[in-house]
Amino acid sequence: VTRFEQPTIDWAALSPELVLLGGASLCLVVTLFLPWGWRRPFCATIAALCFIGAGVAAGILFAVDDSARGVIADAIQRDRLAELAQILVAGSGLLAVGASLGWERQERSRVGEYYALLLSAAAGMSFFVAASNLMTLFLGLEWFSISLYVLTAIAVESLPSLEAGLKYLIVGSFGSAILLFGSAFVYGATGAIGFDDIAAAAAGADRLLFVIGLALILVGLAFKMSAAPFHMWTPDVYQGAPTPVTAFMSAATKVAALVGTMRLLVTAFPTEARLWTVALAVIACISLAWGNLAALVQTDIKRLLAYSSISHAGFLLIPVAVGTRLGGRALLFYLVSYAAMNVGSFAIVAARERELARPVTFEGLAGLGWERPGFGIAMSLFMFGFIGLPPAGLFLGKFYAFSAAVDRGWTWLAIVGVAATVLSIYYYAGVIGAMYFRRSIEVRVAPAGGSPPRDWALSAAVGAAVVVTVGSFVAAGPLLDIARDSVSFLGFPH
Amino acid sequence: MTTALILVPLGGALWVWITPWKNTQGPGGLALLLALVELALWVGTAANFDFGRGGLQFQTDTVWFEDLGVSYHVGLQDFTLWLVGLTVLVTAAAIGYGFWVGRERPGAYLGLLLFLEGAVIGVFTAQDLLVFYVFWEAMLIPLYVLIGVWGGPGRLGATFKLVAYTMAGSLLMLVAIIAAGLSAGSFDLAAASRHQSVWIFLGFAAAFAIKAPLWPFHGWLPDAYRESTPEVAAVLSGVVSKAAAYGFLAIAIPQFPGAVSDWRVPILVLASIGLVYGSLLAFRAPDLRGVIAYSSLAQMNLILIGLFATNASGNDGALLQMVNHGLISAALFLLAGAVERRTATGQLGLLGGMARGRPMLATVLITTGVIALAVPGSTAFAGEFLILNGIFAQGWGWAVVGAVAIVLAAMYMVRLISAVLHEDVGSAVPVEALDLRPAEIGVIVPLVAVLIFLSFWPAAITDHALQLFGGLP
Repeated sequence: VTRFEQPTIDWAALSPELVLLGGASLCLVVTLFLPWGWRRPFCATIAALCFIGAGVAAGILFAVDDSARGVIADAIQRDRLAELAQILVAGSGLLAVGASLGWERQERSRVGEYYALLLSAAAGMSFFVAASNLMTLFLGLEWFSISLYVLTAIAVESLPSLEAGLKYLIVGSFGSAILLFGSAFVYGATGAIGFDDIAAAAAGADRLLFVIGLALILVGLAFKMSAAPFHMWTPDVYQGAPTPVTAFMSAATKVAALVGTMRLLVTAFPTEARLWTVALAVIACISLAWGNLAALVQTDIKRLLAYSSISHAGFLLIPVAVGTRLGGRALLFYLVSYAAMNVGSFAIVAARERELARPVTFEGLAGLGWERPGFGIAMSLFMFGFIGLPPAGLFLGKFYAFSAAVDRGWTWLAIVGVAATVLSIYYYAGVIGAMYFRRSIEVRVAPAGGSPPRDWALSAAVGAAVVVTVGSFVAAGPLLDIARDSVSFLGFPH
Repeated sequence: MTTALILVPLGGALWVWITPWKNTQGPGGLALLLALVELALWVGTAANFDFGRGGLQFQTDTVWFEDLGVSYHVGLQDFTLWLVGLTVLVTAAAIGYGFWVGRERPGAYLGLLLFLEGAVIGVFTAQDLLVFYVFWEAMLIPLYVLIGVWGGPGRLGATFKLVAYTMAGSLLMLVAIIAAGLSAGSFDLAAASRHQSVWIFLGFAAAFAIKAPLWPFHGWLPDAYRESTPEVAAVLSGVVSKAAAYGFLAIAIPQFPGAVSDWRVPILVLASIGLVYGSLLAFRAPDLRGVIAYSSLAQMNLILIGLFATNASGNDGALLQMVNHGLISAALFLLAGAVERRTATGQLGLLGGMARGRPMLATVLITTGVIALAVPGSTAFAGEFLILNGIFAQGWGWAVVGAVAIVLAAMYMVRLISAVLHEDVGSAVPVEALDLRPAEIGVIVPLVAVLIFLSFWPAAITDHALQLFGGLP
């Protein structure tokens, strides 16, 4: 009888996930025994503390240990790439809590579940970015996806939310299934599921099966990062989901999906780099074209931001596609300000939604810039930043992404990115125009219930997003060093 | 010192924005004070500037991020000192005018003008390509809002055209900057010398050609100049367009000698067309702003002709003419604003006869106009003469085109002057329309005074600027 050998468990490497899961359990269980009035503040506090705790845990791991090694029978990887991604996910979660605090007032009966699912989704993402074999990769993906499906549909009285949840569930499961299918092909070809083992066994593998598996895995991951042409769910889900959920989802899922994809491709498929670099470049171009063209005709701001997120999937894929060290650095730096700007802009939409008590369109934004100067300036910063104008860190992110493309010799890819940016000016600038340019007499959108509630938590979240956005521009040097350290151990193919 | 020149307006803008103003005069007073402090700072800098020594002075060089070799590197050269001086003077006049006119939401408005000033000075002083690009893009943000919020009825179309045109050019420049920086291993201007690639040159040239604008990339210009408020139009045509000419002078031409000699003829052809085209349209334009806008187009193309002569005379002339045109078009736009305030129209057909009983308006407008049409003895004559002299070395044909355009300039300027001041009293001119008020005199006359001073002594600029291309034919 062969004995099952118990692996040693590196609890420290799991600490961010454990903190998040512990918080989720607390929210679920303790809430049941609390009086109604205490549930919201309790859960929100627990969630915020756990996100901070997870971020700090990942930060400590980042600081104390610069090695990269597989832990827990090589199922997950303990390295700085995972830890930086975990910090970003936890940060997005923290800001999303700020954006949620006023919203869940109307969802009082489900407040415990809401924060528990938020924490659990973040835990799943933290696990996903550390995954180092195909099983844990799939496990992490499903873990955060299922949490997000439920979160999307959590406003059960609202039809759009339910519809979005159902769509996300069906299309998302389809994507996951394709990923699993591809994993099976790769396993069949190589007999390995560990990323490093796959790379080692690739030489003797059946090439056809191997390449089919790689293609299917890429498709599955492209669903999650909402890259065109696998983006169909994105606009509906982003629009239908409660806005704070969208804020979290748009930022954190992007971080997780892109970091996971880069790790997988670079460590498991270096032998097929010629294929996947080109494939990703093509997907990037399609996303840039599709996302930007479709965004031009949107009137709903959440939908517009959803298409913007598709187009940014294209921008973010440029540095992954080039498959160089500079590209990896560019990706991580880009993600820092991108995540902050996404949460921030959705949070402002959420605030406006609460004020008007209906979905925010261009008309609904009219006058926002003058009525709420702080939000107006923040939103302008985010929109100008999405275009790639200073002083947002995303400007340097684009600069780095294009630099990576030019450095690789793919100047054409940078030019495609530039053309997409030119298109995007129309709708991003349009948002700013809607906030400021209409004379208030021309459009009068009366706030629903007199003066808007002052959500200090939401304002703080927007403020923090502004600080990160501008901070990543000013302090680009140290941040780029961090980004460099997090990809230094990866063996990039080019 | 250079950093202070950039930070005073940028920080001042923030100060004006975030102060919760109780009275309406507060933001205007503070903004004007800051603009004057900036002017004083420039005077102090100029007084301490060592003109005999070439190269950069008042430098700051701090590493921004190391791995691609980008640093916050700013400094002043002798010729940029004059462009910065133009910026601070014109912006101070614009802010003073905006304060006096009393715009809606004065804090936001004047803060944006200060922000624009800081960005333009950043463009003139940046010695690192990425920092240059940051400031270049930063110029666009205040312009977009300034025209979009406070502009005329057609402001939405005007802002969109402005942003779309400019960004299309500047993003191509971004690719060029990346390619240039990566191939040189550093983004510093001094390190990245003498590139061979024509494509990189064209990337830079696209951005500068659109912003200047070189014919036929001027599609954004008429709308932007017509829809913006007079003081924004003054800064836009007086100062921001010079940033593009500066880009040619300091980056595109010295860094790409090979590409410049290959592309000189096509660019000169376009600039010549633009010069004649702009002059003709200025002669035919039905409104005050139209005349000034198209004459601006013509003058910028003349400056580009001077720059692409790539010799000492052409460049000295271009530099002098950059300062001249900046002052002239700023003064003309502010005067146009003054006329429009009194008559509620800019249509030349409805104006006329405003000289009678309004001696200051007549005197200032005629003085500016006469300098603008380059009457011999004026500083504009000195600038244009140097440009024509320089371009003559490249071929006499160019100089003929330039000389023809000077005749056209006289035609449109005289037409403008007489349509406003002389002839019968226009139907839109109320009898009780006042002469220039003291505040208007206070902001416009200093610009004209500097022009007159330069007319006496154009060498103040030409003898105190490095001859960049002394070595080139």
